[in-house]
Amino acid sequence: MTYEIKDAESGMTYIGRDDESIFRAMHKSGRSIFKGGCEGGGCGICKVKILEGEYVAFKKMSRRHVTEEEESQGIVLACCVKPSSDISLEKA
Amino acid sequence: MAITKTIRPGLIQMRVTNLEESVAFYRDVLGLDVVGKTSDGRVMFKTFDEFDHHSVVLRAAPESGFDYVAFKVTDAETLEELKAATEAFGYPVDIASDEQPGYGKRYGFTLCTGHRIELYAEVDMAENIPMLLNPDPWIDPPRGMKAQRFDHLLLYGPNIGEAVRYFTEVLGMFYPEYCNTPDGKPFAYWLTGGNKAHDIAFVEYEKPNTIHHHAFYLEDWNAIGHAADLIGKHRVKRDVGPTRHAITRGQTIYFFEPSGNRIETYAGGYAAYPDNPKRQWTVDEIGRGLFYYEGELIPSFLEVVT
Ligand code: FES
Ligand SMILES: [Fe+2]
Repeated sequence: MTYEIKDAESGMTYIGRDDESIFRAMHKSGRSIFKGGCEGGGCGICKVKILEGEYVAFKKMSRRHVTEEEESQGIVLACCVKPSSDISLEKA
Repeated sequence: MAITKTIRPGLIQMRVTNLEESVAFYRDVLGLDVVGKTSDGRVMFKTFDEFDHHSVVLRAAPESGFDYVAFKVTDAETLEELKAATEAFGYPVDIASDEQPGYGKRYGFTLCTGHRIELYAEVDMAENIPMLLNPDPWIDPPRGMKAQRFDHLLLYGPNIGEAVRYFTEVLGMFYPEYCNTPDGKPFAYWLTGGNKAHDIAFVEYEKPNTIHHHAFYLEDWNAIGHAADLIGKHRVKRDVGPTRHAITRGQTIYFFEPSGNRIETYAGGYAAYPDNPKRQWTVDEIGRGLFYYEGELIPSFLEVVT
C-alpha cells in the first residue's frame, strides 16, 4: 500500500509505503526535510509531530530524544514509524 | 604498535535500543564473532584477527550511544601509576564494577567531555585467536565486511582542550593532526598512543557524552568497496563514502547500525611518530580534511550523533 506523506510546513509531499519508514520515503525522493540521519532511532534528527493520520511504530526510539509522553502525543522519530494512512506532519 | 604507555583502545561498550537487530548487524554485516553474553545479557564480540577475549560489547538500553572505552596499558605497574596520575590531574577514579569476562582490574573516570574512560593492563586471550605457527592470514574466510580490529573512535563533547591535555600529559599519547578555531580554541584533535594515525579523536561540541562513531579496520580499498556492496545489499543507511580522509589519509565509509550508532570502516592511514611535526587544519578547510573527494563538510557530520 502507498500513502501520501505531507510536510505541513513546506507543503511538500512524498510517496509513503506501509513497509517503509516515513524517513525513508522522504529521503528516497531526494528532497527530504532532513539533511541526514541515522535511520536507526538513535540520533533524533528526524523528530516530527504527526498532525494527521495513522502510523505504526516498528522500531524503538531513543529515549534521549523522544519521551514516552511525547510518543503518546504523536511526537515520533520518522525513521521508526511506517504510515498506515495518508500522513500530515511537521518537524518537532 | 605501542610506542607509549598506552597500547590501544581495546574495549568499547555501546548502548543499543534494538539489541537483536544490532547483534545480527555486528555479526553478519561487519563480520565480528559473538564471543558470548554477560550474566546481565550484554553481548560480547571480537574480530577474527584480534587476540583479546573480546573488544566490543553491546548493551540493550532505552537510548543508543556510548557507555565507555577502555585503553590497555603496558603493565600492572603502569596501570597503578596512571591511576595516581589521573587523580592528580583532577579526575576521581573508581574500579569498574560491571562484569567484563576475561578482563583484569579496570580503573575508570569521567573525562571533562562527559565520557567514561577506563584503563586496564590485563585481559585473557580469546579462545579463537589468529594462528601463531606458520600462520595463514585467517583460519576461516572472514565474513561480511571482514573487520580486522576495533580501531578508533571519535567522541563529541565540551572542553576538548582539557581532554587532549589529559591524553597527552597523563597517558603520554600524542596528536599527529589537529584543528583549532581562528581564535585558537581546540576544535578537533586526533590522538594516538602508537603508530596508528589515531586511537581516539575529539570534536568540540556543546552536549556532553556524545559519540560520533567507532571504527573498524579493513584491509584495504578493495575491502572498503566490498563493504559498500554490503551496504547496498543489506539496505544499510550509509552516511558518507567510500571516500578518503585527508586527515590521517585513511579510506573510509560511514554508515549507521540498526540502533542508529554511526560506524566507520577504515583502511590505510599513515604511520604516526611522536617526533614528527604535527599537521594542522584550519576550520575553513576542515571539510576537505574530513572528506577529501567531496571537498566539503557534509551536514550530517556535525548534526547526527548519538
Ligand atoms: S534519523 Fe536518527 S533518529 Fe531518525
Ligand atoms: Fe574515524
